[in-house]
Amino acid sequence: MSPNDQVILKITDLKKRFDQTDVLNGISLDVRQGEVTVIIGPSGCGKSTLLRCLNGLEPINSGQIELNGQLLTAPGTDWSTVRQKIGMVFQNYELFPHLNVINNILLGPMKVQKRPRAEALAEAESWLDRVGLKDRALSYPRQLSGGQKQRVAIVRALCMAPEIMLFDEVTASLDPEMVREVLDVMLNLAKGGLTMLIVTHEMAFAKAVADRIIFMDDGLIVEQANPEDFFNHPESERAQRFLNIFQFGRVHRDKN
Amino acid sequence: MLDSAISIFTAGRNMARIFEGLGVTLKISMISVLLSVLLGVPSGLLMSSKIRFCRLFFKLYLEFIRIMPILVLLFLFYYSLSSVFSINLPAMAVAILVFTLWGTAEMADLVRGAVTSLPKHQWESSRAIGLTEPQLNIYVIVPQAIRRLLPGVINLTTRMIKTTPFVFFINIPDLVKVAQQIVEVTGMKNLLASVWVYGLIFFIYFAICYPISLFSHYLEKVWQD
Repeated sequence: MSPNDQVILKITDLKKRFDQTDVLNGISLDVRQGEVTVIIGPSGCGKSTLLRCLNGLEPINSGQIELNGQLLTAPGTDWSTVRQKIGMVFQNYELFPHLNVINNILLGPMKVQKRPRAEALAEAESWLDRVGLKDRALSYPRQLSGGQKQRVAIVRALCMAPEIMLFDEVTASLDPEMVREVLDVMLNLAKGGLTMLIVTHEMAFAKAVADRIIFMDDGLIVEQANPEDFFNHPESERAQRFLNIFQFGRVHRDKN
Repeated sequence: MLDSAISIFTAGRNMARIFEGLGVTLKISMISVLLSVLLGVPSGLLMSSKIRFCRLFFKLYLEFIRIMPILVLLFLFYYSLSSVFSINLPAMAVAILVFTLWGTAEMADLVRGAVTSLPKHQWESSRAIGLTEPQLNIYVIVPQAIRRLLPGVINLTTRMIKTTPFVFFINIPDLVKVAQQIVEVTGMKNLLASVWVYGLIFFIYFAICYPISLFSHYLEKVWQD
């Protein structure tokens, strides 16, 4: 499914300051239904903060965020309702350690959305099956590997039936061999037409999954392009420099 | 030698009175612990809340109670209230009130410690799935805090049981007071009276507190995560 023209999330001139430091200096971005947008950039460029602002985990200083035409930055926004529509997965895959996998997943659907247990359970089990964790439903988080925990965290967010999913460096604290299993799940979600906003340092993955790459630096969107153009011919000097970090020239040793 | 012990414990209502005293001790400490836990959990959550006034209020309360000797609090509520405000509380009510005030302060501080030791991400993950603040406390924070609280609560319970003898200063005949009375009466004729009676008290305290401590070890094992 390719993105259609309907804008689901509209960000206008978003600014965010921590104490005296400007983190976001006026971000404007439209995300269309079904679109996979990948945000990359050097650490400290504000990409994680941007995601956290979108579901109200960080208050913003100025600007507007609209979800399906509803202004989220207006006073009196009920974030509990909004967050059901904006799912988020974090770097540190914090599952609730006192609940087993299935109860981690069911907490939101049952307590927040008040759905009947049987229905929520059936959905949770089908998602667990799709991410290859059907047999771990009764395990506790401490019994899972990092990659498994992160897949559970993704399912936990998906079971709220969000309209858009935010992924904040979800593979950054995983061992290399576990990165793949998590990225595969995300690739499948992209194929299924889910609207996703992804912050990542996995460039090959970004190239494979993205409909559009957003390159951020110093709290600004410096460049946006489709992945082929961006990775082959980055326009801005800053993006070129950033992409060079991931290149290594062959080392030529002096042989005596 | 054993005869002297038997003669004390079979004389009059001595044994019955010791058990009545034990009943008083347990009544005061158990009711106070129960109330302290019930009041201390919400107080501790407020203490770790973002609202500055709440934090300040509970901080002051905690410091006040900590600095003040329990005995002073007992006298204050038993004698001073009646002479200044003509409020006459029964001694039992004063005892439970004072121990609950103390226990709530200690409990609130334990809860605050347990809650602030949880990783910040637990709040964020909870909010991210749409849990409201009361829901995230009920389903995520409190259940995890309870596991971390347990050693402290057990400690508080045994301290509460061990501190109840202070009530004898406001004329409540608790276990230690009863023992003292028995020793006073029988000690003249029986030189070993204090050994037998206080020895028994020693074992009674041990018999109450040791199972509590065993129970806590058991729960810690079951809840290990």
